[in-house]
Amino acid sequence: MPVSTLTDGRKAWQLRDRKAQLTRWFAYFAAVAVFMWCWKKISDSTTWFFVWDAPRIASDIGSRAFPPRWSYMEKLWEPLWDTLNMATLGTLLALVFAVPIAFLAARNTTPSAVFVRPVALLIIVSSRSINSLIWALLLVAIIGPGVLAGLLAIALRSIGFCAKLLYEAIEEIDHKQVEAVTATGANPLQVMAYGIVPQIMPAFAGVAVFRWDINIRESTVLGLVGAGGIGVQMQASLNTLAWPQVALILLVILLAVIVSEWVSAKVRGAII
Amino acid sequence: MSAAALDARIGKPWKKPAFIRNPYLRWGLYISAAIYILLAVSSIEVNWARVSEGLVRGWNFLAAFAEPDFLSRGKDIREGMIESVIMTVASTVVGILISVPIGLGAARNIAPLPVYLICRGIVALSRALNEIIVAILMVAIFGFGPLAGFITLSFATIGFLSKLLAEDIEDMDRVQAEAIKATGSGWLQWINYGVQPQVMPRLIGLSMYRLDINFRESAVLGLVGAGGIGATLNTAFDRYEYDTAAAILIIIIVTVMALEYLSGIIRARVQ
Amino acid sequence: MYWGAMLRLEKLTKVYRTGDRALDAVDLEVPNGQVVALIGPSGAGKSTLIRCINRLVEPSSGKVFIGDEEITSLGAGALRRARRRMGMIFQEYALVERLTVMENVLSGRLGYVGFWRSFFRKYPQSDVDEAFRLLDRVGLVEMADKRADELSGGQRQRVGIARALIQNPALLLVDEPTASLDPKTSRQIMRLICELCEERGLAAIINIHDVALAQMFVQRVIGLNKGAIAFDGAPDSMTEDTLTMIYGEEDWKATIAKVEDEAA
Repeated sequence: MPVSTLTDGRKAWQLRDRKAQLTRWFAYFAAVAVFMWCWKKISDSTTWFFVWDAPRIASDIGSRAFPPRWSYMEKLWEPLWDTLNMATLGTLLALVFAVPIAFLAARNTTPSAVFVRPVALLIIVSSRSINSLIWALLLVAIIGPGVLAGLLAIALRSIGFCAKLLYEAIEEIDHKQVEAVTATGANPLQVMAYGIVPQIMPAFAGVAVFRWDINIRESTVLGLVGAGGIGVQMQASLNTLAWPQVALILLVILLAVIVSEWVSAKVRGAII
Repeated sequence: MSAAALDARIGKPWKKPAFIRNPYLRWGLYISAAIYILLAVSSIEVNWARVSEGLVRGWNFLAAFAEPDFLSRGKDIREGMIESVIMTVASTVVGILISVPIGLGAARNIAPLPVYLICRGIVALSRALNEIIVAILMVAIFGFGPLAGFITLSFATIGFLSKLLAEDIEDMDRVQAEAIKATGSGWLQWINYGVQPQVMPRLIGLSMYRLDINFRESAVLGLVGAGGIGATLNTAFDRYEYDTAAAILIIIIVTVMALEYLSGIIRARVQ
Repeated sequence: MYWGAMLRLEKLTKVYRTGDRALDAVDLEVPNGQVVALIGPSGAGKSTLIRCINRLVEPSSGKVFIGDEEITSLGAGALRRARRRMGMIFQEYALVERLTVMENVLSGRLGYVGFWRSFFRKYPQSDVDEAFRLLDRVGLVEMADKRADELSGGQRQRVGIARALIQNPALLLVDEPTASLDPKTSRQIMRLICELCEERGLAAIINIHDVALAQMFVQRVIGLNKGAIAFDGAPDSMTEDTLTMIYGEEDWKATIAKVEDEAA
């Protein structure tokens, strides 16, 4: 225990000894210095004139945006349908690929921990590191703008997410149930179907619904890079500075997000 | 009783009870799901000529990963990365600092109702708005540059961290907190001794996780002009410079992997 | 060759990768229809012994014979066919919790039906009938469509027994069947297992912690200590000395006395 002796001979208790205390102060100092440096960099590349002007601009945009242009709604139904499809079909497609990858990546089901598992993990991390908007950018460049690019972007981003959560669930299963099925003389496929799959079903359903909810949010903005959905209308409205339309689109997106969150909460409650 | 039950079963086929017991509901759900998928798939317009033409480009892009070009736009990449990292660090720090009080306020077991409602409102707003949409608005208001990205990420961090922190506080062990209260401590002392030790490890873990997310997000904010590596990436795609794009993507993937590895170590140490 | 030996172990040895010698050249013969209790301290290798027989744990060396068939040299397919003849009952039941009781029982037939039949739950009618007969025998026919995690501990172990028996085994491997059950249920389960072995003429090896319970039901007791057989004989020939030999120094009077009281 760090106890020091004062000049008058009394002992004083401290939480940390001198060395630990100094290290701590140094760490705080370094953290503050790093933050200040970051802030200075941001500040350097900011035109502060615009920032001081921001309240006026914000209120200006606000006053132009309201009331939203309600009549524009008739042009939003189809993009909204596309947005829903991109999220739903994208999630389904991702699950088709994520399930086998998860089995290849889980320590207890991978056929080879040396060769197959690293490849599966690399696929997972690559898919997860790249935002769906970047996937969309890429796919628009490759296969052209449209719903298909958005759908594939959603799927590519979701594969890693779903596979990661699934393989963690597979690694946490109760091994005894697997052992019991093996002991009956079942073949490896049967062991998987009877011993492993029932155990990960709740996780699977949870992950699918969770990701679908996220994908609804993400697919609303993919149109900004030309990948279909309601984002296309937003981009067009932003380009023409049609703020009342932007306001309506934002309201619709907000509503879609709330509805999807409500639906996913309901479905999750029903399954688990 | 039992013998009768057995006789009733022997010789009859057995079927696994269905997950949804009501057959009308079950078949109704199956059929509507099938119809939906049919409609959804048929509503996707695919320009196959464009796709097949694109496959060549896709192949070129994949080939570019074999020989990424870090150098010819080296300066842009470096500046973009530095800007991304700066935005990430600054917004995570500010986000955490603001999240803690809001997280405390959004925990029903320690905050009074009006505070709780306000904080929950902020959390809900932050979570409902996609980062990109916030970034677009911020760029419109504050102009192009990393400041808009910084504000966007800070705002997103608040929604994420405050919510999880609040949930963690609501799940904490009441007995420990009560024991501190019983010593006659003040509110701040109570938080410091009764609550903080319980939620600190998870807060650190979540902060590391958020740092990771913020970096990934910072890579796309540049697409809408909010600073960071995304702008460089966008330019590379526009110019069909796939080797540069591949280089940037590789850098992003490696950085995310490194961050994940680092946060794994830190989380293991604090927990 | 000695006839009538259902199970024969020759110099069965298991050394784990950590260097622990769990089994040290164990020789053992179990004749047809004999129920054997395997007792010994924790870590003596009881569980390893049972798992080496159906190769849930790969033995390091030695041989295992079921009837005339040598198990340790079998390939994957032949091993699966051999496993069908060895029903296994587990500690803490090891039922597939999220499947129904009936599916758990039918899973004992997995070695006999193809993958797609088992996947779509299209078992032959004879299997379904047998499953209901077994569920009736263990007193759970009403529970057939309940999910396994809705059952009590004793009920779950009965399902585990039915699952092992529907394999139509020649040998039962039983691993701590009564751990985590209350004393009354423990007795019921042990009685049920031993009755079923007698009805069907099955040989069985039962790992068990509770010496008194073992003595009550089985014909032969084997004591395992540090991976080697320390005692092999009839239950009533066990003395305080034999228990000391198996488990080490302790006052064993009460354990033995209790059994004698109950036998009287």
